[in-house]
Amino acid sequence: MARITSLAEAVQAAVHDGDTVAMEGFTHLIPHAAGHEIIRQKRKNLTLIRMTPDLIYDQMIGMGCAKKLVFSWGGNPGVGSLHRLRDAVEQGWPNALEIEEHSHAAMANAYEAGAAGLPLAVFRGYLGSDLPKVNKNIKRVTCPFTGEELAAVPAHRPDVAIIHALRADKAGNVLLEGVLGVQKEAVLAAKRSIVTVEEVVDDLGPRSLNAVVLPAWTIGYVSEVPGGAFPSYAQGYYARNNSFYKAWDNIARERDTFLAWMKENVLEKGPEAFAQHARKRAAAAE
Amino acid sequence: MMANYKPNEMMTVAAARALRNEDVCFVGIGQPSAAANLARLSHAPNVTLIYESGTLGTKPTVLPLSIGDGELCETALTTVSVPEMFRYWLQGGRISVGFLGGAQIDKYANLNTTVVGDYNKPKVRLPGGGGAPEIATSCGEIFIIMAQGKRSFVEKIDFFTSIGHGSGGDSRQKLGIKTKGPTRLITDLAIYQPDPETKEMIVTSIHPGVTREQIQENTGWTVRYAAQVAETPVPTAQELDILRELQARTARAHAAA
Repeated sequence: MARITSLAEAVQAAVHDGDTVAMEGFTHLIPHAAGHEIIRQKRKNLTLIRMTPDLIYDQMIGMGCAKKLVFSWGGNPGVGSLHRLRDAVEQGWPNALEIEEHSHAAMANAYEAGAAGLPLAVFRGYLGSDLPKVNKNIKRVTCPFTGEELAAVPAHRPDVAIIHALRADKAGNVLLEGVLGVQKEAVLAAKRSIVTVEEVVDDLGPRSLNAVVLPAWTIGYVSEVPGGAFPSYAQGYYARNNSFYKAWDNIARERDTFLAWMKENVLEKGPEAFAQHARKRAAAAE
Repeated sequence: MMANYKPNEMMTVAAARALRNEDVCFVGIGQPSAAANLARLSHAPNVTLIYESGTLGTKPTVLPLSIGDGELCETALTTVSVPEMFRYWLQGGRISVGFLGGAQIDKYANLNTTVVGDYNKPKVRLPGGGGAPEIATSCGEIFIIMAQGKRSFVEKIDFFTSIGHGSGGDSRQKLGIKTKGPTRLITDLAIYQPDPETKEMIVTSIHPGVTREQIQENTGWTVRYAAQVAETPVPTAQELDILRELQARTARAHAAA
């Protein structure tokens, strides 16, 4: 059953050195505040799973939290490289980073299989690609009914999943709307979970009968962190800060500018620093 | 006569023209997104655009910087989860055209977006495949849009991220792939289509003012030409206006965030 706590307490309790951690949010609702908290609490040797490492893992990798990355697309969308990820892969800075590389289809299927309690995901994929040559976790299986050869990858079963959502009620039920990514699957696939939200409200409010709600009993910790997805976005609250994504290219390009930015904006700050980016829910959603 | 458009604009316009009103198109970010939306705003108003973030039938007024900008979701018919997108819609065979770009391409339109150099000791670590490995095999056909250059149009790509026509001929069928693969490669200099037998991408149309020498200088393999090579029609004033307005709106929106 979800406990509503501070983000610091949630990370303290749920994220341990050496854990396999999935922090999801497909462009939308990326849990940046939680990433900063893990950096402040100096977690080490994490295996980080995420379809698109994005700025959140660029920061965590650059600050030495990760020993391995499991991913499918490692760029700064529409901008270019993730310089900290590249530095780790190409130069081993600040430490060597093992990578396990998939396609999006494989990652999405692996989360779904994890949520479904299956050991593997089966799909039609990787035909003609070199990825199976460099990733021993990509295998082929034969359909016992048709004989078709299909791709298989192990299910994602992270120790902890961390997502950002729009809001939770006081019981800890969580609402997701907009671009949903693989957040629901990640939480259901994980042993433990943390959900940061824009706001904790008495009632989740008007929504579609088929709205995506994660019930409180599927979640470990809920923390209210307004603005906690910045520079990603929260549908109906604030937009993706595309100019920050562009600015990150310069901040992260060199090690010293990166470290200076992290010191000033992460190490010397707390989750409340994200509140400046928060906006009230758009009137149309009321 | 001085051309009143840039080679990049010619490329985007030529790519947009390839999309049909009845297509369901899986759109990559960047050049493919500009071309797909130009098509939607000009000759193909009913084209269905799909982005891998799960947005079905999206009609953005500005181009997204990422594949999951709020603009895409807000203007979509509906938005599904990413597992559903890849399982039901892409793998399910419901998408007629995949629109891809890449860092390296060979004459069979195989694409590399993974590494330059050795995988384990890369000279340049590129972003990786994302949706491309399965887009390349599950969409009915593939359009590729890429500016030409000796470093990107190479004899041998360093890594097969997504397959085009493999080593040519019936490579795809031998792997059990049932879709057509790359049917068009649109560059800033020309349009290529696969030779019906060998599947090598051969030039079928050259953009106005471009020479064969220029095409060869910017290609790492010996370029072949169709028996009949057309000249690509110049961008119309309307196509250029729509494209430039779209890009101006986009620049304003991204700067304002």
